[in-house]
Amino acid sequence: MTATILTVDDSASMRQMVSFTLKRAGYTVVEAADGIEALNYARTSTVDLVLTDVNMPNMDGISLVRELRQLQTYKFVPMLMLTTESGQDKKLQGKAAGATGWLVKPFNPEKLLATIEKVL
Amino acid sequence: MTIDLEMAEIINVFFQESDEGLDAMEAGLLSLEDGSDCEAINTIFRAAHSIKGGAGTFGFGEISKFTHAVETLLDQMRNGTRGVSADAVQVLLQAVDAMREMVALARDGTPGRPATADAVGERLTAILEEPANPASSRGWPPAETPAAAAPPDPPALAASPDPAAIAVVPGPPARKPAVAATPEPPAEPTAAGEQTHWRIRFLPHVSLFETCNDPLRMFTQLASLGRLQAQAFTQGVPALSEIDATQCHLSWTLDLHGAVTREELAEIFDWVDSNSSITYEQVDDSAPPADVASCAVELPVAAPVAPPVIEPCAAPAVGTAGHLPELPSVPAPDVVPARSALTAPPDASPASAAPKANVDASSIRVGTEKVDALINLVGELVITQSMLGRFAEGVDAGKDLELLRRGLAHLARNTRELQESVLKIRMLPISFSFNRFPRLVRELSRKLEKKVELRLRGESTELDKIVLEKIGDPLVHLVRNSLDHGLETPAARIAAGKSEIGVLELNAYHQGGSIVIEVKDDGAGLDRAKILAKARERGLIADDAPLSEEQIYNLIFLPGFSTAEAVSDVSGRGVGMDVVRRNITDLGGHVQISSERGRGSTIRIRLPLTLAILEGQMLRVGPETYVISLVSIIETVQPQPDHLHTVTGHAELFKHRDEYLPILRLHEIFHIEPDSRDIANGLLVVAESDGQRVAILVDELQAQQQVVIKSLDRNFKQVPGLAGATIHGDGTVALILDVPSLISRFSARTTASVGRAA
Repeated sequence: MTATILTVDDSASMRQMVSFTLKRAGYTVVEAADGIEALNYARTSTVDLVLTDVNMPNMDGISLVRELRQLQTYKFVPMLMLTTESGQDKKLQGKAAGATGWLVKPFNPEKLLATIEKVL
Repeated sequence: MTIDLEMAEIINVFFQESDEGLDAMEAGLLSLEDGSDCEAINTIFRAAHSIKGGAGTFGFGEISKFTHAVETLLDQMRNGTRGVSADAVQVLLQAVDAMREMVALARDGTPGRPATADAVGERLTAILEEPANPASSRGWPPAETPAAAAPPDPPALAASPDPAAIAVVPGPPARKPAVAATPEPPAEPTAAGEQTHWRIRFLPHVSLFETCNDPLRMFTQLASLGRLQAQAFTQGVPALSEIDATQCHLSWTLDLHGAVTREELAEIFDWVDSNSSITYEQVDDSAPPADVASCAVELPVAAPVAPPVIEPCAAPAVGTAGHLPELPSVPAPDVVPARSALTAPPDASPASAAPKANVDASSIRVGTEKVDALINLVGELVITQSMLGRFAEGVDAGKDLELLRRGLAHLARNTRELQESVLKIRMLPISFSFNRFPRLVRELSRKLEKKVELRLRGESTELDKIVLEKIGDPLVHLVRNSLDHGLETPAARIAAGKSEIGVLELNAYHQGGSIVIEVKDDGAGLDRAKILAKARERGLIADDAPLSEEQIYNLIFLPGFSTAEAVSDVSGRGVGMDVVRRNITDLGGHVQISSERGRGSTIRIRLPLTLAILEGQMLRVGPETYVISLVSIIETVQPQPDHLHTVTGHAELFKHRDEYLPILRLHEIFHIEPDSRDIANGLLVVAESDGQRVAILVDELQAQQQVVIKSLDRNFKQVPGLAGATIHGDGTVALILDVPSLISRFSARTTASVGRAA
């Protein structure tokens, strides 16, 4: 069975880029446009990995990670954040919220896949 | 190949997103002028942030780099380290323009940085270098990166200062995705390529597993770099009865032999180094004993260095004996500040941001050509349905036939609904066009030193995308005109007993099958005498031409007309109003002016909701059926012989009320044989375009119905006098009359007539 990845980003182009890259690598991808959408999905379904942007409307990536960790089914799901190079404080906040790690933007498809392979 | 195509499509989405983001930034920046609003700044920041991230990812380094400075300034405004000054907002608005230009360049395949961007970039840098104005207690200078404005790094990193620096990755903000993967930051030249013995001491925080970080993963990665030996320390493990499997009580010493740089090691532990204690040490293998000693010093619990497999059983006893209290004491100081950093203010603002700009989050993006194809198909479906309908009418009644009829009635209803909803796909709210006006009005009113309040109404009124795109420029022109010529200076307004702030209102609403857009000001109104004088001076009308009020106002739409006393750079070169009217007419709409001296003017534009279908009136001339747009018909009359006149020059006139209208014989224009050449036997359709009226002679009026417009120039070629064609239920083609072009053709032919300026 292929791993399912939930990718969360308010930017459609980023979401498509991530999704396109992952699908080509054989993963199953679920997309969400913000934290609320992702959380709603997570309440009914599980995935093998969550990949979320930090800066999003409605619910940002850090709150999403915090909320997801409260769900029994997501306690041990790796969660990666997409941050910018300027986001050291965000990394620490994400870390404390329960994020497994991060991927620094901008990134290329190879880097994305390499990072994901690390945790899956 | 397909990868490229798909990527190109995704990049296209990025461009669209950037456009929307830039619009949101502009709107947000303009709203900031009315007072600093945390939510607005957040929205602007987020838009800039997304553009920067996307630009970097998709290989537009210039955009990313430029936007970085914008983002930095916005971030300082957002977290309160810099106030929102009018000056900064002005520079940010210019930055938005520059970004727009850069996005356009990138879209054209020639990414670059125009000179304007350099200028704005310098101003941005200048602002960022100014000391931040609100006397914030934070001591550091304006930050190069937003990170610097964050709470200080937790002291946890004291044990390993380097990884923190690496984690920030201070390299160039934009790394092109096309470049081959180089996951590691550039290696230090020193240790590269040499066989090194690294000793890594890894003392994770008990919460390590809560973030799903598995030490095994890191060890596997280390093992992929060289020969790895691992030793686990189990003293911290509590008694079996008290053990919590979700907590990490182990620590490790790892010996790695290989050509590995410190950066590679740091990268592996990057995700966990913030709340774990990690040290990297190069071991000189020639002097092993000293090494053991240092191990004992740094790790207070390191006494038994033993194989990990057996230890767990023995551990509880040792742990409870006395080592246990010591272990938490190591990570504890790391963690407390890290946690407190979390609750620091920077987090509060983004989390509470509830953007209103994101109303279209539930929308999908569809290529226009796909929608066009769909609309075309639905048009075909309408034709099929109407063919079936005709067939059913022709057959004798019977039981089955009744069923067929009922089915057809359903088909008719469903088809109509389908058509309506498909047409709606390409309908967009007029706010897409209105949104540009706050900025325009703000800048123009400053330039003109007038005070103006812009009111936008009916922004959610929807109209066809094509109509929307084409109406943008005419609207800009009308708004410029109102500001320049309509609204007075504050002094003049006060002298006239009005509030010094002029009101300019843009309003849109649906009326019947049309959309009406009004541009309304409470300025001086049109000066009839001045318009007349100017028109006579320019020779646009005869000195004695009797004109109605409306006709006088319409003169301003004539080419070469301008009443501005001094030509300004805002408007008033006399080109434009005629173009405005032509654009509107080309869209099948018309424009109307009403004005009251001293009270202001209103320009009302009426446009069809869509260019794909037409509310048509079918009319017959001899064997041919034509369609004429319902909106252009004023009325249809059966002419009385005494209302018909012929003047020299071959023109026939019809006296309609108090007006003489030229008669247009369709059968002559299209060379067909009518039922009768005698006007008194036919019908006259009084049609209007641009305030000019004609009476069109036809044999018979037929049904009114919605017709699907098929382009003539795409399927055949452009024919003067015809706007297109449509297909009847029986498969025959009916041509759609282009009233404006018929009228202008006619006017050109009979120049010598009719009390109208043309």
